[in-house]
Amino acid sequence: MTENDTARPRTLAEKVWDAHLVKKGSGGEPDLIYIDLHLVHEVTSPQAFDGLRAAGRPVRRPDLTIATEDHNTPTLAIDRPIADLTSRTQIETLRTNAREFGVRLHSLGDIEQGIVHVVGPQLGLTQPGITVVCGDSHTSTHGAFGAMAFGIGTSEVEHVLATQTLPLKPFKTMAITVDGELRPGVTAKDIILAVIARIGTGGGQGYVLEYRGSAIRALSMDGRMTICNMSIEAGARAGMVAPDQTTFDYLHGRPHAPKGADWDDAVEYWKTLATDDGATFDAEVLIDAAALEPFVTWGTNPGQGVSLSESVPDPSSVEDLNERAAAERALEYMDLAAGTPLKDIAVDAVFMGSCTNSRIEDLRAFASIVAGRKKADGVRVMVVPGSARVRLEAEAEGLDKVFTEFGAEWRFAGCSMCLGMNPDQLAPGERCASTSNRNFEGRQGKGGRTHLVSPLVAAATAIRGTLSSPWDLQAEPAPMAMGGAR
Amino acid sequence: MQKFETVTGVAVPFRRSNVDTDQIIPAVYLKRVTKTGFEDALFAGWRQDPEFILNQPAYASPRILVAGPDFGTGSSREHAVWALRDYGFDVVLSPRFGDIFRGNSGKQGLLAAEVAEDDIERLWAAIEAEPGIELTVDLVAKTVAVGALSVGFEIDDYTKWRLLEGLDDIGLTLQDEAGIERFEAGREHWRPRTLPVQNEETLEKA
Ligand code: SF4
Repeated sequence: MTENDTARPRTLAEKVWDAHLVKKGSGGEPDLIYIDLHLVHEVTSPQAFDGLRAAGRPVRRPDLTIATEDHNTPTLAIDRPIADLTSRTQIETLRTNAREFGVRLHSLGDIEQGIVHVVGPQLGLTQPGITVVCGDSHTSTHGAFGAMAFGIGTSEVEHVLATQTLPLKPFKTMAITVDGELRPGVTAKDIILAVIARIGTGGGQGYVLEYRGSAIRALSMDGRMTICNMSIEAGARAGMVAPDQTTFDYLHGRPHAPKGADWDDAVEYWKTLATDDGATFDAEVLIDAAALEPFVTWGTNPGQGVSLSESVPDPSSVEDLNERAAAERALEYMDLAAGTPLKDIAVDAVFMGSCTNSRIEDLRAFASIVAGRKKADGVRVMVVPGSARVRLEAEAEGLDKVFTEFGAEWRFAGCSMCLGMNPDQLAPGERCASTSNRNFEGRQGKGGRTHLVSPLVAAATAIRGTLSSPWDLQAEPAPMAMGGAR
Repeated sequence: MQKFETVTGVAVPFRRSNVDTDQIIPAVYLKRVTKTGFEDALFAGWRQDPEFILNQPAYASPRILVAGPDFGTGSSREHAVWALRDYGFDVVLSPRFGDIFRGNSGKQGLLAAEVAEDDIERLWAAIEAEPGIELTVDLVAKTVAVGALSVGFEIDDYTKWRLLEGLDDIGLTLQDEAGIERFEAGREHWRPRTLPVQNEETLEKA
């Protein structure tokens, strides 16, 4: 598969890279890497298809390509025409392109429609050891399976459609080892928010992160996806978790997973992917899982986060002058005063969704807290499943009833308020506890203020009306055992 | 992408410096879903002005833009190159270019050639003496000629080679298509495929 010295101990990332080397770049040129799976959506693909058309090129491997509609799609009244013209044009263009180029598409209303990063894994297309790309930065999600998954730009989308390869510069590796046992109420989302707060939004630049350690091994696939999803928020090229029995169990029997003898061959190969003993990483970070608490961001980048039990930090205590200025700007935008206990901050909205936290376990975790309770007055609560299948699964379990009885809105699948490209937006000045991945200025709507949290924190916040962790509910009667996306 | 050798065509004396990509194509045009058809967007902020140079009859079908220093600075939008190409330009001459713009140009078959500032002045003078006159840009010899005047230009060897061969990024990769085919032949057959579609129904039948 490669001319590389395979006897040398290698990391998971190096193994996957080596296995996809079409051509090694010489003299500073990038390597040419083969792409196993290309996920496509309506926002970053139109010009890529148009470029193919202009050059008279076909899609090289439609059988390695799949498209869904997600970024623009409404989450209400999905049977009616999309009101916003730009959104509608993008969706219609994707439909035309998929037809013309023979690409499989799951449109609004289709049972497999949903956020690309939820659909790929759920169909069993995302598998260990493969390379995955998509014109979306949160493609890193798929690394949870031990795949190498990158977000790419529109010209790269065209390049992959035409050649099924991508010229890529070599990367550095960083081990993020999370050892120990999480306390009840602390979840995968808290781990990744703590990691980003520790290494910073640029700390992963140029690196592929590998999440390791007992706390990662103990996570479900949904939890691992939450972690890998946000690798990009630390600036990393990708994030990965070595495949293990949890991975195989998740994949077994999925529509596109290997079957019969192929399954056995595949598992045998997948088991060889884990980082070899003695392999070295370019950087290492250690996190003590037992010390983690429910986490929340206070600022306007995902690295500006602290434990929920703390207070809004004082920018004047920040040494780095650039970071201090950023913190000052963030507090002004967020309308927060240094020293305010985070738990005193009241919210207007709670968003439960996005490719970070919209899978069935996330919904179950949220439901485990809100079941039998009523949301706080004046707080708008929206629950948006990641895919049409997740929606159906939740309804089969009766979760939709739990949500609506709680006072939440139960929506159709899509990106929704994660980026507010559809009508699901915050009004200027509104404050939201959100299970999504970006708290940038205006991300959820112009002037909107975002606090990134886990599904459990989102649920507790929806109940109390102020940023809260499930621990704050202990005093109140808990109608159901506290679950968690563990 | 077409191979680039020499271009002979009408040149526009574009006496402006620091023309950034926002001026080349304003942001409102970025919402489109196509990669072509941006000719109407080129310099959209200036086109209303009847005095604007591209509205002069002598420069009705230009192929060469002779610009002042720091052309194409600003945002990374590839649309700036598309708009120039769609309008009919094959060459932009300037003493200095924005880095990303210059990189994007080479990939899209637009020659962004660096010409010394005093030579730009001489080209402007020659064109303005006879509006609508044609220039000849020779990529192999790296020269620009009009009448008796001939000046040199700079371009890096790699971009020059790509333009001469007519290779965009995709063309460059496909030069080694045999390598891709060899790789594909060695892929395990159980690697995931999106087609034919598998779902719960096909699973039940299997
Ligand atoms: S849910 Fe948000 S982050 Fe995820 S793909 Fe959609 S817009 Fe991007």
